[in-house]
Parts: sequence; structure tokens; C-alpha cells
Amino acid sequence: MNPARRKRLILIGLMVAGVAVAVGFALNAFNQNLMFFYSPSEVAQGKAPPDHAFRLGGLVTNGSVKRLPNGLTTRFEVTDNTRTVTIEYTGILPDLFREGQGIVAHGKLNADGVFIADEVLAKHDENYMPPEVADALKKSHKVNSAAGGREGALGREVNSAAGGREGTLGREEGVSASQKGTAP
Amino acid sequence: MNEFLHMGGYASYVWSSYAIALVVLLANLVAPLRARRKLLTRLAQREKRAQRMKR
Amino acid sequence: MLRFFHQLASPKHFYRISGKWIPWLGAACLAFMLAGLYQGLLVAPTDYQQGDSYRIMFVHVPAAWMSLFIYMVMAIAGGIGLVWRIKLAEIMAISSAHVGASFTFLALITGSIWGKPMWGSWWVWDARLTSELILLFLYLGVIALYNAVEDRRTAARATSILALVGVVNIPIIHYSVEWWNTLHQGPTVTKFDAPSIDFRMLIPLLLMAIAFKLFYAVVVLLRARVEVLQRERNTSWVKALVAEHE
Repeated sequence: MNPARRKRLILIGLMVAGVAVAVGFALNAFNQNLMFFYSPSEVAQGKAPPDHAFRLGGLVTNGSVKRLPNGLTTRFEVTDNTRTVTIEYTGILPDLFREGQGIVAHGKLNADGVFIADEVLAKHDENYMPPEVADALKKSHKVNSAAGGREGALGREVNSAAGGREGTLGREEGVSASQKGTAP
Repeated sequence: MNEFLHMGGYASYVWSSYAIALVVLLANLVAPLRARRKLLTRLAQREKRAQRMKR
Repeated sequence: MLRFFHQLASPKHFYRISGKWIPWLGAACLAFMLAGLYQGLLVAPTDYQQGDSYRIMFVHVPAAWMSLFIYMVMAIAGGIGLVWRIKLAEIMAISSAHVGASFTFLALITGSIWGKPMWGSWWVWDARLTSELILLFLYLGVIALYNAVEDRRTAARATSILALVGVVNIPIIHYSVEWWNTLHQGPTVTKFDAPSIDFRMLIPLLLMAIAFKLFYAVVVLLRARVEVLQRERNTSWVKALVAEHE
């Protein structure tokens, strides 16, 4: 390669590397601001802002969804398998909202530690399959974990806290993890 | 057929996505073809003028 | 082989050869797209969670992949143009910008239409969506900068530098769902263990991905040909071509 070209190539390489390093530092500095939501554990550790609204993400605990007597407000619990926060939300829930599903709520904690949400978004996972396959997986999974009597739905073992599996919301290794799932 | 168009209740979302995709793809095809025709016409006119200037 | 590339890099040969390739690429693109649409809309089963709304994926995901792929092509071609001063590389870089911007726009808009029924929101400022939006602005910046500078070659150099600087955004987009918690879900097809998608859903996704790649090839060649004609307008071969067009 002739010297002029080599010089230009090195200059371009340095430029791209320099920009990458600068952006890397900036992203590192703003890391917390780039997080879309706080987990229940982080809320328990007091990392979430106490006086203004923030987003809380977690899996809806099985059997926790209840309609309050006024008929409009829904009360449910979200968990990250370590800590649990109770959420109250008045309004229409997204189509994907269901027990065992990941959700992200926006709102504030009240004095009783209940999270009053003004918006609830559903998070879906990266698994796509027809219902028959999902059913089949669920069944085989139930057989596998029958000894422990644990009911799990596709990598969303909400009640598996006893199994001590560490899960970051929505990043469970989906089906494969669920099959490997730790039986209590 | 009706069921197909209905898309399990998500018809407006699914079909609008596909329609927008179609429009965007077609626009991408048409733009360079039109630009080519326009450019060739313009170059031909320029050539004609140059010929006239010579005479 | 090397001779072939040398010839291809000459604008005149490029114009001739690309003219021959375009119909074949176009036919292949159409075939893959029709197969993908058939498989995606009629054969692929309904999703267990998302019902039929997930079919937006067959447009959304290939468009998003292409938005990243085209950006890399644009930046690398721009870099080659900068270092080796190859005209055709500059032309390829700038011809990619419009298609890339289109696919980015398509990924954003279809994602938004998908997000409304599933997440419950048209738009959220999470890391994935925001970085993809920045990608759209990078593309638009490249196009605007190219049009703002009068001299084509100076313009090409300026845009190549901008494109190269923007490359840092590409890994950020790709890994955003892993580095930060986002509303957007993690990768399905490209994760290291087996893709967690049913085979009948994966087929149309891959067919559409190939169709979109071929579509990009067709459009980038069409655009590059116009750019070549524009830049070479004073050469004898273009003049002969113009006379033929009459």
C-alpha cells in the first residue's frame, strides 16, 4: 500500500476509534438514565427516585391480579423473583397483559409502598410459536417438574423464586431455560 | 378469506404495515427510474443546444 | 478475478454490467418476496401470545436488519472511497443512503404499529427505539450533507466521514436490548443458542430478509447508474448513450 493511502487509512481508523471511545465513556456515564425501568429489587434498595414518577418493570405474579370494587382499578403484583411490588392501575390494560407476563408501569410509590401507575405497557419476549407448540412445551415442562409440583409457563417461572433462579426481566433464556429450569 | 383479511382482530395494524411497506418499496424503485429519464432528457437537450451553437 | 473488479470499478463497465444484472436481481427479489408473503401471511401459524399481530414481524425485522446492514455497506464503501479514491465506491456509498433511510423509516413505523396493540404504546424512549431513531437522523444527515456541498467529490468525502463517525451507533442498536433494560424484547434469531421461533415462522422471515437484500441490490444499482451518468456526462460513452436515447 502506498504511504499516502496508508496514512489516510490510519487517520480514518483513529477517527472511528476515537469516536467509539468517546461514545463509550458517555454511555457509561449515563448508564442509569438509559435504563428504561427499575426492577422491584432496585426499588427495595431505594435506587428509584422517591419523589417523582419512574418506570417499574417486572413479571405479573400468578394469581395476583384483582379488580378493585370500583370496577375500573386493577391491583396486581410484579416481581423480579426476589422482591415484589404491588401496583394499582386505573385504565385499559394492553392486549398482552396477563399473569406471568412482563410489564412496565409508569407512576409513583405512595406512602404505603403501593405503586400507583398511570400507564402500563406489556413487554413481550423473543419467543414466537403457535399455541399448540406452546401447549405441548407447557405439558412436557409440567411432567418434568411434576416432582416439585411447580407450575411454570415458558421461561416465565414467576413462582420459582424458591428455586433461586436469577432472572432479569424478559431476558430469561426462554424455552431452553424453562426446560433446564431448576426444580425446587 | 374473510378470516384471512380479519387477521384475528389486528387487521388494521397488520394491513397498514404491509401497505406502508409497499408504498416505501415502490417509491424507492420509481425515484431512480424517474431521475434517470429526466437526466437523459436533460443531457439530450444540452447536446442539441451545443450542436446549434457550433453551427 | 482481480481484472474483473478493476473493470467493474470503471464507471463505463459498471454501467454496462449493472444493466445486465438488474433484471435478474429484480426477478429473484420478486420471487422471494411473493414466496415470503405467501408463507408469512397464509402458511405461518398464529402466535400463542400475540395472535396474528406478530405477522408485522415479516416486514419489520427484515427492514430493521437492512437498516443496519446498509449503513455498514455505506460506511465501508465511503471508507474505501476515502482511502483509495475509487469513484465507484463513493457512488455506492451515497446511493445506499436513500434506501437505508427508507428501511430505517419502515422499521420504525411498522414497529410503532406493532407496539400499539402489543405494548400499549406507539412509542417509548427506550434504548433500542431511540438508537434506531438516531440511525434515521444519521442517514438523513448524510443525504442532506451530500446535497449541500456543490462539488460531487468533496461532497462524497464529507459524507463518507460523517457515515464513518456514525458507525458507533450500529453496535449500540444491536446490543441495546442486552446492555440496558428496554421495552423492546431481546434478539430472537441471532442469539447464540437455537432461535426461539417456530420453524414455520422462521421460513417466511428469512425469505423476506433475502427479498429485502435483493431489493436493496436492485435499488442501489439503479441509483448508482444515475449517479454515474451524472458524473460522466461529458465523456464520449455517455454522449453516445444519450444520442441512443433520443
